[in-house]
Amino acid sequence: MRIVNLAHGNLYALGAFVTASLVGKWLAGTRTLILYLLVPAGAFAAAAVGALLEPTLLRPFYRRAEEYQLLVTFGLLMILEDLMRLIWGPYPLSASTLFSELGSITLGDAIYPTYNLLVIATGAVAALFLWAFVYRTRFGLLLRATAQDMRRAAALGVNVNRVYVQAFTIGCFMAGLGGAIVVPSQSAVLGMGVDALVLAFIVVVIGGLGSLEGALIGALIVGVFREIGITVFPEIELAVLYLIAAIVLLVRPAGLFGRAT
Amino acid sequence: MNLLETTKLTKYFGDTHAVDAVDFRVGEGEVLALIGSNGAGKTSLVNLISGLFQPDSGQIRLRGADVTSLSVHERIKAGIARSFQIVNLFDQLTMLDNVALSIFARQDMTRYFWSLADRFDAVWQEALEILRQFGLERTRAIVAGGISQGERKLLDVAVAYALRPRLLFLDEPTSGVSTRDKAQIMNIVTSVVRSQGITAVIIEHDMDIVFKYSDRIVVMHDGKILADGTQEEIRRNDSVTRTLIGVADA
Amino acid sequence: MNTVALPVTERFPIKMLAWAVLGAAVLASLPFVIAEYQTILLAYGLVMAIAALGFNLLLGYTGLLSFGHSAYFGVGAYAVAMMVKYLHVQSMELYLLATVVASFVVAILFGFVCVRYTKIFFSILTLALSQVLWSLAYKFYWVTGGSDGLRVPTPTLLGGVIGGNEDKIYFLSHAYYYYVLVLFLACVLVMWVIVHSPFGKALQAIRDNETRARFVGIRIRQYRLVAFVVSGVFTGIAGALWVPLNGLTTPDILYWPFSGEIVFMCVLGGFQNFSGPIVGAVVFNYLKTYAVGATTYWQGLLGLILVFLVLTLPTGIVGMLNQLVRKAKKRASA
Repeated sequence: MRIVNLAHGNLYALGAFVTASLVGKWLAGTRTLILYLLVPAGAFAAAAVGALLEPTLLRPFYRRAEEYQLLVTFGLLMILEDLMRLIWGPYPLSASTLFSELGSITLGDAIYPTYNLLVIATGAVAALFLWAFVYRTRFGLLLRATAQDMRRAAALGVNVNRVYVQAFTIGCFMAGLGGAIVVPSQSAVLGMGVDALVLAFIVVVIGGLGSLEGALIGALIVGVFREIGITVFPEIELAVLYLIAAIVLLVRPAGLFGRAT
Repeated sequence: MNLLETTKLTKYFGDTHAVDAVDFRVGEGEVLALIGSNGAGKTSLVNLISGLFQPDSGQIRLRGADVTSLSVHERIKAGIARSFQIVNLFDQLTMLDNVALSIFARQDMTRYFWSLADRFDAVWQEALEILRQFGLERTRAIVAGGISQGERKLLDVAVAYALRPRLLFLDEPTSGVSTRDKAQIMNIVTSVVRSQGITAVIIEHDMDIVFKYSDRIVVMHDGKILADGTQEEIRRNDSVTRTLIGVADA
Repeated sequence: MNTVALPVTERFPIKMLAWAVLGAAVLASLPFVIAEYQTILLAYGLVMAIAALGFNLLLGYTGLLSFGHSAYFGVGAYAVAMMVKYLHVQSMELYLLATVVASFVVAILFGFVCVRYTKIFFSILTLALSQVLWSLAYKFYWVTGGSDGLRVPTPTLLGGVIGGNEDKIYFLSHAYYYYVLVLFLACVLVMWVIVHSPFGKALQAIRDNETRARFVGIRIRQYRLVAFVVSGVFTGIAGALWVPLNGLTTPDILYWPFSGEIVFMCVLGGFQNFSGPIVGAVVFNYLKTYAVGATTYWQGLLGLILVFLVLTLPTGIVGMLNQLVRKAKKRASA
């Protein structure tokens, strides 16, 4: 969508906190099945925030220099961080019962938490949905057209404002979903937003800007190497990722699947 | 010897060959018009020669020397300069600054970070003189983003000219400008260019301008050179009139 | 003096020089007029002004928005701390030397990678690299003291001639304040010359139109890298000057919100003119001090103000003042 949103990581964090507080605190005693169904609550919260943000804070800057978008979303990043601190306090929130409930299964020699399979499945479904949405629906077509040339799309009668707010909301939904689904296996913590942002950036660098399949492959690579890094070199796991990103940048500056934008 | 020669110059964008095995030549001191319908490959050819892109195959020779693999910076040093179809200027700097920057860059003075730019009187004098030649000295203190389209077009040429090139490429120097201003721009440009003995290649759509100001005309179509000759030869060329009908005036 | 051009951009007229001298004189007289605590607070402001000045070389003049300048500030500060911890050095001059070298090295390394990209990529890349440094400072606690940080005692100035024995507060609000003031004025002068040099004009050209700059023969990447390194070293020097004031350096100054503060300062003061960052840094310094005192959520408050600034006052304080002056002049001459 050609929007640069530095606060995107904090929408992921918001999803994590909402779900954690809902599932891990407020309704902690309820039946586990219901809790599972409530996990996406974080995604909806993030989507709602996104729907509010786009028309107020992002729309005024589409025609202006990109720096302003960066500045505004950076301010937003700071606001959201403290907002989360205000609402949920400075301590981590967890929803670990959902994680341990599913137990683990044995895959060959290894014992693997079943919850992670759920995460993988959700990720796959979400990726498929997003891809189909952008490339196979009429809305997706409108979105791509508007992103490429806003004025021309408007001249053709597309309600650009509505397209953008809807698309942005979906993007926020995805971010919130990511945070929500991951919270049972790792707590919601202040600062996770920026960490996620930096990781997301590495994913995009490796996978290539403007490419969904690139984002997927990039995410897989980052995920795998991060785990390897944490196990083998805990101090420099971030550095390992940067090394990979740097190598990719030097060899294929547009990323593995990058398209010229 | 020709000032510039290309041999089988080719560039693909995806599946389309924007420039298809083109043998293009420009003679010393000529004013050459490069015409053709949209998408014919004119700007791509200029982009290749000026160094914006590297060709997929083929060679470019400047006065016999192979410049195909030179960087943009090196080509400018070798004497190639250009203006742009969509005007490219330093919008927040004044017109005088814009031209002065070319002069500083030409003399490798942009490295100097220890002395004030204002002190280099010679540079500013030359910049003013160039603005005068282009009829732009009245608005010299206005930032480039705040002048008329015609003035911007002229300034773009002036900035390229300030590099004192041997070969100047002008990409549609009169597009988006009123008919009266077109003539004024072309008069200024060609008089400056001819008086300094600069070889110029002008991409143009307006056939009146092409016939009035150029020595030779090269017609491109579909990435290839369709015809190459004087006004009379081109006028008489049937395939040219066939492919260009309905395209002439912007 | 150039009689040919009537540039819209700033020149070096006698009037401005007079103002600068006056300003310097006022700043120099302050320790005798205001309370010690206020002087030290101002010293912080001047130090941040140096950082902001360096930062704005990239933003205002080269068009590159860095969200990772905390890296160079932190490198400067930690360089000092390392000198204390491992070499038991107390001389401010040696601190500055170490800082210049360290921030130069880091800036070149980071800059080499970052200047290949522009806009979003550049910004996030700078953010990411500073985060790497932060995590290193955090995790290698046996070197950097981890989240506790490293203590730095008051240094000696001018090769040991001044300092070492005096009352710390007195030292900071007098001798050290003047030291900072002199360096501040020197940095302002150096940056002024750089920005008004042919090199500075080339940077602005790159900012305005990269393609045109390229086709005038300017090697974009090289110039951006030089600007990046100069910017980093300025900010590193600020970091070194900051540590003795704070007495301690922690990973917090490498953490991304600190980069945000530097950005904030320039937006507040106005990044499109020379003095904007200076004004912004000093004002911000006071703003933050009061905000921190007022609420734990001062970061969110600052974020709110930043958003407000970008929406309503994009040219910052100095920009707005300039506009008012221009309007007043027009009305006067009409």
